[in-house]
Amino acid sequence: MAEDKIKLAVYKFSSCDGCQLSLLNLEDELLDLVGAVEIAYFLEARRQVLDPPYDVGLVEGSVSTPEEAERIIQVRKDCKTLISIGACATSGGIQALRNWADAELYKQTVYAHPEYIDSLDTATPIGAHVFVDYELRGCPVNQYQLLELISALLTGRRPNIPTHSLCVDCKRRGYACVAVSKKQPCLGPITQAGCNALCPKFSRACYGCFGPMEQPNIHSLGKMFAEKQDCKPHQMKHLLRSYNGYLEPFKQASEYYEQIEQE
Amino acid sequence: MNKSNKNNERLINVGALARVEGEGALHIKMKDNKVERVRLEIYEPPRFYEAFLQGRDFMEVPDITARICGICPVAYQMGCCHALEKAMGVFDDLDPEIRQLRDLLYCGEWIESHILHMFMLHLPDFLGYESSITMAADHGPTVKKALRLKKLGNEIVAILGGRSVHPVGACVGGFWKAPDPVEVAELIPEVKACLDEMCELTMFLAENVDFPDFERDYEFVSLKPETGYPMNLGPIVSNKGLHVEQEEFNQAIEEIHIEHSTALHSIIKGKGAYMVGPLARLNLCHDQLLPRAAEISPKVCKAVKKQLPWKNNFFSLVARGIETIHALELTLNVFENYKVPKRSRVPITPRAGKGGHGTEAPRGICWHEYETNADGSIKHAQIIPPTSQNQMTIEEDLRELVAQLADLDDEKLCLRSEHLIRNYDPCISCSVHFLNLKREWIHS
Repeated sequence: MAEDKIKLAVYKFSSCDGCQLSLLNLEDELLDLVGAVEIAYFLEARRQVLDPPYDVGLVEGSVSTPEEAERIIQVRKDCKTLISIGACATSGGIQALRNWADAELYKQTVYAHPEYIDSLDTATPIGAHVFVDYELRGCPVNQYQLLELISALLTGRRPNIPTHSLCVDCKRRGYACVAVSKKQPCLGPITQAGCNALCPKFSRACYGCFGPMEQPNIHSLGKMFAEKQDCKPHQMKHLLRSYNGYLEPFKQASEYYEQIEQE
Repeated sequence: MNKSNKNNERLINVGALARVEGEGALHIKMKDNKVERVRLEIYEPPRFYEAFLQGRDFMEVPDITARICGICPVAYQMGCCHALEKAMGVFDDLDPEIRQLRDLLYCGEWIESHILHMFMLHLPDFLGYESSITMAADHGPTVKKALRLKKLGNEIVAILGGRSVHPVGACVGGFWKAPDPVEVAELIPEVKACLDEMCELTMFLAENVDFPDFERDYEFVSLKPETGYPMNLGPIVSNKGLHVEQEEFNQAIEEIHIEHSTALHSIIKGKGAYMVGPLARLNLCHDQLLPRAAEISPKVCKAVKKQLPWKNNFFSLVARGIETIHALELTLNVFENYKVPKRSRVPITPRAGKGGHGTEAPRGICWHEYETNADGSIKHAQIIPPTSQNQMTIEEDLRELVAQLADLDDEKLCLRSEHLIRNYDPCISCSVHFLNLKREWIHS
């Protein structure tokens, strides 16, 4: 019976659509999933919209316009459980780079008529605006972590999403350490696992798309990069300021490197 | 959402467009059954990619621009890699094996993106469903076949880049690592099976779908390499006399800001609107398809009762089908002859330079241009995505469609207009620089 099913809503804020797409990329599970939940609001996938309230809302994207800042308040009211999915929703995303810049200058750089641009000076995570019940990391999210999260919600248990560093997964898979063997500045030691150590698999340094692990020792890693790889402060700043740059403690550390860069 | 017949004025507003990737809205204003204004509004918030790319190292660019769009990240990676290789002076050094792997990566993206659009977003319009979720109840086997194909497309991208959304394998100069031959070999049987499946699905669509009769005299623009179907390389041509080398494309078009509109539109200088995407590519390059796709295209033409070139973009549904067959064939060819290349990328010494390049995203030409500083950091970046190039054509289409269908009630007209917009598979997240957005919400 449709009435008994959990009503799921999927929202988009400032984003690339990739995290919502991760839902549709669950090809083997998709038909079962739409059988198990009622897709009540998911504009990218369907025209039909059911009336709120919704049991679960998944939010992709960051808040970067005045309209979005208002809309997220309503979204929170409409959803019993609200979950932010992906780097934009949990950290502000790549567009949060504007938070350190002169927003007016950015507008002038891209647009011939900056006066028409109605956007906020910052791009911020959903949690900076409303209470969120859970945050799922990743740029993009891992579709199987997303499935795990939805399954956990359906059965009323805690989701099994590890918060240890990427190095743990990398070692388990037996990949050669790119920081040691290739002398590349790999963010694996300070980045949360979740991608299955993709970058080391492809012989390249992790660039931190799952954001900081629990209690990372960023400065120790920065010291090692500086000593062994001749990594300059501005490189460290850029490494930290990418897809999760506005999330602590990446944010604070990047500001530290910016400071020594300027000294 | 809609409001009609006040002083013979009819205002149709479709708030948020469903089943497009990203967000957009459609405004139609009519007076006395004449179309006064048609506006496709893109209210994708600006994310300022071209601004924050400045100062970043050129090797970071493919990972950053991928984030413009989760549906076609490969298109953004390919565009910037080629453009930056030109800026770094290594464009001609790339080995044929690397170029072939790039085509393969694109094949994966074409397959997943085309199938997603055809069966999950576009087909429900033709068959009268609000979504593929409802459609699946009546057409379960077709939806399942489509999901199988989509999965394969994602797996092809993953072989080269680890994951299908924001893959990590491609870099300026080639690939961080060449694919594992074991993973390649394992996927061959599935590619073969899916190729047969796709031929059947395409014929099924051609024979069973009613295509609205809506022809216009478009200017079709695509890459046209000397051999092979357009993907990564080739000069840019049109059916109306445009023929420019890659480097000249940005001079041949201009981005203009039309007063009534909120978005940047691309036009061909001195002419006007043009169309990029599957229909343009097929019309201009159908004699360059691989054998299975070449064999099926006359059959599709027969079934839809129209010979190529097609001037009706509702046929883009089956054009995507033919292109998907081509992409599967190309994948199979590359897979069956795959050997790990001697090197996966060419070495690069950073330099000050400039380079522009367009490649064929699933939705059409995606143009990138960069200027670099001596240390390899980005001095200037410009990105012109396919949806902004098609925008003016979409609005012109809508103007004509609405004039033809003026007698329909608002809801039906609205559905037909949305259907037409979806012909273009508008990826609105891709709108790197669409202007904002004065939204006019009218509630009845």
